[in-house]
Formats: sequence, C-alpha cells, structure tokens
Amino acid sequence: MKADSEARTSGEAAAAFPPGTFRPSPGRAHPLRMLAAHTRTEAILTLRHGEQALLTLIIPLGLLIGASTLLPGAVDAIVPRILALAVMSTAFTGQAIALGFDRRYGVIKRLSATALPRWVLISGRVLATLIVVALQAIVLGITAVLLGWAPPAGGLLLSIPLLVLGTVTFGAAGVLVGGILRAEIVLALANAIWFVLLLAGGLAVPPEELPGAVGILARFLPSGALAEALQAVLTSGQPPGLQPVLVLLVWGAAAGGLASRTTRPT
Amino acid sequence: MSPNADSLAVEVRGLSKRFGDTAAVAGLDLGLERGSVLALLGPNGAGKTTTVEICEGFLRPDSGRARVLGLDPVTRAEQLRPRIGVMPQGGGAYPGIHAAEMLRLVASCTADPLDPAWLLDILGLSAAGRTPYKRLSGGQQQRLSLACALVGRPELVFLDEPTAGMDPQARRLVWELIAALRADGVSVLLTTHLMDEAETLADRVVIVDQGRAVAEGTPDELTAPPHGQQELRFRSQPALDLELLLAALPEGCRATEVRSGHYVVHGAIDPQAVSTVTSWCAHHGVLAQELRVSRRSLEDVFLELTGRELRN
Repeated sequence: MKADSEARTSGEAAAAFPPGTFRPSPGRAHPLRMLAAHTRTEAILTLRHGEQALLTLIIPLGLLIGASTLLPGAVDAIVPRILALAVMSTAFTGQAIALGFDRRYGVIKRLSATALPRWVLISGRVLATLIVVALQAIVLGITAVLLGWAPPAGGLLLSIPLLVLGTVTFGAAGVLVGGILRAEIVLALANAIWFVLLLAGGLAVPPEELPGAVGILARFLPSGALAEALQAVLTSGQPPGLQPVLVLLVWGAAAGGLASRTTRPT
Repeated sequence: MSPNADSLAVEVRGLSKRFGDTAAVAGLDLGLERGSVLALLGPNGAGKTTTVEICEGFLRPDSGRARVLGLDPVTRAEQLRPRIGVMPQGGGAYPGIHAAEMLRLVASCTADPLDPAWLLDILGLSAAGRTPYKRLSGGQQQRLSLACALVGRPELVFLDEPTAGMDPQARRLVWELIAALRADGVSVLLTTHLMDEAETLADRVVIVDQGRAVAEGTPDELTAPPHGQQELRFRSQPALDLELLLAALPEGCRATEVRSGHYVVHGAIDPQAVSTVTSWCAHHGVLAQELRVSRRSLEDVFLELTGRELRN
C-alpha cells in the first residue's frame, strides 16, 4: 500500500518534524506552579459555567434583595442565611455536579496520568471552591451593605473561619455525592438536597421556627448549623456556640472519610 | 543485541488481571525496548487496555509483574508519571474547558514542555483552541488527548487506540508523529486493532487474544510464511489440467483451483516454480493473470490466530 510505504520512510516524518523535536526531556513542574494552574482552571471553569453562576450567585443575590425589600429591617437576619446558602450552593451542589460530569468526561483519570500529585488534585479543587465562595461573600456583602446591613467588625472576622469550615464540610459532602454516582443522578440528587436543605434544613427558616422534629433535626444538619453559627457571630460579634461548630466538624469528617473511600475516578 | 532488563522501557511478566468472572489478562508477557515502538494488536476485549492501564499504574495486577522504566507503576506512580505520556482510550478533559486551556494545564505540570500553541497547530486544533471539550468532535478530542500525552516531552508514551475515530488525514498525521517520536528516541507502546497501523508503525507486534500473547515478533517475522509454505496465486481459464502442472513442479507442492479460474500453488515457491507455472499456462495457450507470490498479511496471521474466537 502506498500510504504505508510512505509513512514507513523516516525521511517523510523528518520533513514534517525536524529531528530532535520530541527529544525526551521529562520532569515535574514545581508543585506550587501545578497547584496554581490547577486552582486557576477549576475556579475559571466554575465562574464560566452558566448554571453554576445561577446557583451560586444569581439565586442568593435575588433572595437577598427580594427578602430585604419585602421585610424592611430584617436584613441583619437575612444576610447570614444567604451566606450559608451561597456556601452550600457552591461547595455542595456545584461541586457535586461538576465532579459528576468531570468523571463522566474522564478528567480525573486524565489529570492523574500527569505529574499532578494527588494532593494537588484535591487541594486545587478545595482552593478553587474557597476562591469562589470568597467572591460570592464579597459580592453579597457589598450588596447587603447597600441594603443597610451593618454587622459588627468582630463578627465579620469571626465569620471568615466559619465560611471556610462550612465550605470544607459542604465540599466533602459534594465530593461524596459527585464522586460515586452517575452524572445525571448526581445532577438530580444534588439539586434535590439543595432544595430540601434550603426549605427544611434550617436555611430559609431558622430551626426554632420549623415544626417539631424537623426543627430539632435541622440543628444537626450542616445547613442549619452553618446558618445558626453565622447568625450568631454576625449579629452579636461574639464567637459561635460549640454545638454548630461541632456539627459542621462531624459532618465534614464523616463525609470526607467516606468520600476518600468511595470516590471513583470515572 | 538481545533484550535485557536495562534496555526495556516496559517489561511485563506473567501478568494476570480478573474482573469478576472474566479474566481480562491471563499470563501476558511482553517487552518494549527503549526507543522502539511496540504494538499490542488484538480484537476488542482482548485485554489490551487492561494491560496498558496496569503499566500506567491505574490498575493493580492480580499476579505477575509490570516494570515501567524499571519502576513498579503502582507503588512508584509519583516518580513514574512525570516521565511518561498517557493517551487514555476515549481521551479525557473537563467538559467545559477550552482545548487550548486543557493543553496548557497539562503542560504546566511539566518542567520543559513543548509549546502548546505549536502542538495544537500541528494537530490541526488551532481553530478549535477556544472550543469547549464537550463540543469537539470525536477525532478532535482524540488529537487533543494525543497532544496532552506528548506535551511534557516524555521518554515513554502509552497510546491506547490513538487513531480511533479519526479521519484518514488525521490518521496519517498521527502515524507521522509516532514515526518522529521513535526517531527522537521516545519509546512507544500502542494498542490497536488496525492491522495496517501495527504493520506500518511497530518495530514489534504482540498479538493478544483473550488476555494472552498468541504471537510476537517484527511485522516481517509475523507475516513471513513458514519455510516451504509460500503461495502463488493466479487467475486463468477455468478447469485447466492440474495433473500436468503438479508433475512439473518440485516435490511437495500442491496446486488447487480454489474457485473457478482461481489457482493457488502452495509449497516452496522459487523462480523455477514461477517459470514452471507460466510454461504450463503457455502449454495450454492461456495467459496467467494477476500472478502473485504473496506473503501473508498481518491480517491473515491475526485472523488465523484469533479468528476462531471471533466466529464463536
């Protein structure tokens, strides 16, 4: 065959690719450079994704503006819950759906096959989620201030570790759901859980205002715990109670421990 | 030079891997010499991908061992990965990432990468540089995947069905690329079920069926007829008298009319035998058409070795 004999001739290939073009020169980039590149990619992809932006920014922003306008004087009570919602949207629902589809498209395996160490693969995703949550918090915070929100400065500082803890806890739960199921099931389940936790998990409505058992349960859910803790620090400026922090820590440890065993690359 | 452990980029001995009741790989041996191209040729489900994924450290073998650049691919994955390039079957990238972003991300993991823009250009992906991965065609995804495997200047690449889903032009280009890799001293382990791909590219071919190596050698060795087993085919008028021909041919030759007017002579085909056949035709006053002394094609060898299973 003509094609075969031509491709066999090394001169033909040499014409297209000068000798030495592919001379091996393997090596690993500096880990921090890999971490920066991976974090940047993850953050950009999250911000560029339309449905994710709706979930992570448009809905919390709409709820913040709508509720503050309908309930004058309630902005101080509304902002902590909106921040908790933003954390849950990004770290749990957004992360789970993104991971579900990333697995479907083979990206985890593709990246595992590069020099990226495992810790960079995980840290990059975590850092990107923290960056997106930080951007959300800034946009929501500025909007809230324009709507008359005036939190104590100490409370703002205390809210930062709480937002980080909430992001890591919800992120671990997101990885747990997104790391094992099929992409379509992840999509349905992550949105359903988001909706249930919003309405009955102590986010939209404080646990003490929820009926009976639901209200008690909500205190032990990460949604209710994060909302209550943020509410406490952002209204009083005092550290949160031990209970909501413990609830977040236990959920985060349980989900993370389980996810590290169940997460599949494809 | 006989292959020894130091000259092997990949060495697999007695490799076995089961998935449930299915033995994907069952006692496979193979060796890829540094700077050469080895093709794993086999039908779908022969165990090619499983073998490659064990060599890449994605799977642990049940028994036997794989050494890649002298390292255990599972326990030494972190040392090994920066030195190898991997093109997984079906590619792999973030669904929403642009083609150029994906290649830059993979490039940024390596110390001395090729220029991603140049690599996209030679693979015909420049125009698709800002297209999200999920909207690339199958062939474009394959080419991006190949670019990701090469961008880090690896010393060994694993290409799992590198031309699957590609049009003939792209296939030619990939073949040229693999020839250039080999010329520059890169070791290449590729899987394929395309005979011409294996025949064109590979220094050595291992034919795999049901998890075992059923034949191994250079394409020439594999397609060489066993001594005295060449064949000569020609076409002429039907129903010529073969008795006369057999009497004239050397001892041990067989002549048959396989279909009306299609003749095959098996045996030691030398110049004298060819002359005997044409003289015999002249004696009958007919012309021997399409006369051809053939080697077996790799496809003949492949079907001979694996065909029974395909028909079952």
